[in-house]
Amino acid sequence: MISLLSYPFIQNAFLAGTCIAIVAAVTGYFLLLRGLTFAGHALPNIGFAGAAGAVLLGLDPLFGLLAFTIGAAIGIGLLGRNLRERDLAIGILMTFALALGLLFLSLYSGYAERVYSILFGTILGISRLDVLLSFGVSLLILVSILLLFRPLLFSSYDPEVAEARGVPVRLLAVAFLVLVALTIAIAVQIVGALLVFTLLVGPAATAGRLALRPGAVILLAIALGLLYTWLGILLAVLSGTIPVSFFIAFLSFIVYLPVRLIAPRWQRRPQQPGLLPAAGAGLSQQASAR
Amino acid sequence: MSTKHDQRLSPPGAAPQASSLGGRGQEASPISEPVIELEGVSVCLGGRTILQEVTFTINPGEFIAVLGPNGAGKSTLLKVLLGLIRPSAGTVRLFGQAPRRGNRLIGYAPQHRTLEGALSLRARDLVGFGLDGHRWGPGWFPAGGRRRQAIIEAALAEVDALALADMPVAHLSGGEQQRLLIAQALLSQPRLLLLDEPLSNLDLSHEQEIIALIARLCRTHGMTVLLVSHDVNPLLPVIDRVLYLARGHAAIGKPEQVITSATLSALYGAPVEVVEALGRLFVVGVDI
Repeated sequence: MISLLSYPFIQNAFLAGTCIAIVAAVTGYFLLLRGLTFAGHALPNIGFAGAAGAVLLGLDPLFGLLAFTIGAAIGIGLLGRNLRERDLAIGILMTFALALGLLFLSLYSGYAERVYSILFGTILGISRLDVLLSFGVSLLILVSILLLFRPLLFSSYDPEVAEARGVPVRLLAVAFLVLVALTIAIAVQIVGALLVFTLLVGPAATAGRLALRPGAVILLAIALGLLYTWLGILLAVLSGTIPVSFFIAFLSFIVYLPVRLIAPRWQRRPQQPGLLPAAGAGLSQQASAR
Repeated sequence: MSTKHDQRLSPPGAAPQASSLGGRGQEASPISEPVIELEGVSVCLGGRTILQEVTFTINPGEFIAVLGPNGAGKSTLLKVLLGLIRPSAGTVRLFGQAPRRGNRLIGYAPQHRTLEGALSLRARDLVGFGLDGHRWGPGWFPAGGRRRQAIIEAALAEVDALALADMPVAHLSGGEQQRLLIAQALLSQPRLLLLDEPLSNLDLSHEQEIIALIARLCRTHGMTVLLVSHDVNPLLPVIDRVLYLARGHAAIGKPEQVITSATLSALYGAPVEVVEALGRLFVVGVDI
């Protein structure tokens, strides 16, 4: 085990994986809070089209990934708050992007390995440069979230009051989604476009059912994200052939499942005797008052 | 829009009076500067005229019920005062100044809906947004962390919700959540409280509690209150005046002056009868 860690490519995987697990958990928490999980699913797929386009043009897929995810993030951020309409628009945008990706793939006559790695990740083929890039971008994302923290939280829970209190709600929505796009761009190299969603939503969804306040949810989500990523890399290395993304998604699922089943315990209201007693009388009066 | 507008109204005193209230408050001093002045204000949204040449003045310490059918522009009016919607014509003055976002003199609680993901948010976190939710930075290392909690707890105590401080917001009833939103609105120590339908989804006893609470804030702190409601009945014992909106027009005055067949018919531009029955007043006969 210790000897495994001495391999540079495994060190790189752990270092990059650590950065990505942390930022994915933090941005994932806000994605859940803002009801943007579908956007979290759509953005990597849109990014895949960009990456495929970049490969077709002979560029680094990362550039295509960044261009498409950031462009789509700004678009989604400007769509506004109407959830149903927004998700419809995101869905149509995503399928269009997937179609583009398919077109680029069919036009590309080269080696499909690069495209495959965009879809499923290549954590064990990560260079030291990739690690530095992941670290730099992660740091940028975390510092940005720290700066935006309170207004972002406020506007996630209650956009109307936040707006009235002078919070630039729409600007924050766009800025946040750009941070999500950056997270996805660096996470894709590890878990791949198809399973980024796991690292974004899995830890935060589980943590949200266990912890009772925002700071605790975020810290727990980070811990879970790190656990899934580290264990996933370890298991992938030990297994030899099974990809990391499988293990990460698998771990995320088997932790979420029991938590989801036990969670009703938290959702039930504890008894508070003598506090704000409900109306015993007045049923008929209430009926007449409406 | 709707078939029949059946707003029910009862004469003052007919509704059960909350015990803690001392009836109508004193009239606002005529010398002091008005809190809200609207002059010829029109608002168009998406090509539709929501408010049309609305003019009124509200004085410090007044408790005003904002009434009217759905779509009459009640929420829009609040958003104009908050600086979120710009009127297409006319002038709006709040404390002698133009409306602007983030005005700390205004406390606002919008129409309530269930807060998303509110399970992992405690009551004190929600109320705390009113104190520093708009400030940049994480706010995790404030010098006065204890002082911050003390301020939040004082606001919770003000709305009789101190016992709820550490409860997840999702566990709380509609009336309790409404208290928290009011506590949140109080944290900037506002002089004007704008409450959009705080009584909707409340059962009768909670409705009375919230009304008593708001009336107390209004009387003891001299706070001016605009409360949007569908039903004026429970408010009649405590309000000073009503602002009635219909078809983009407004009528303001004492309930007994505004809620009459003549005034409301003029406001709706159609024959309206205010009928007294079962100890309550009903507004009937409008097909809008």
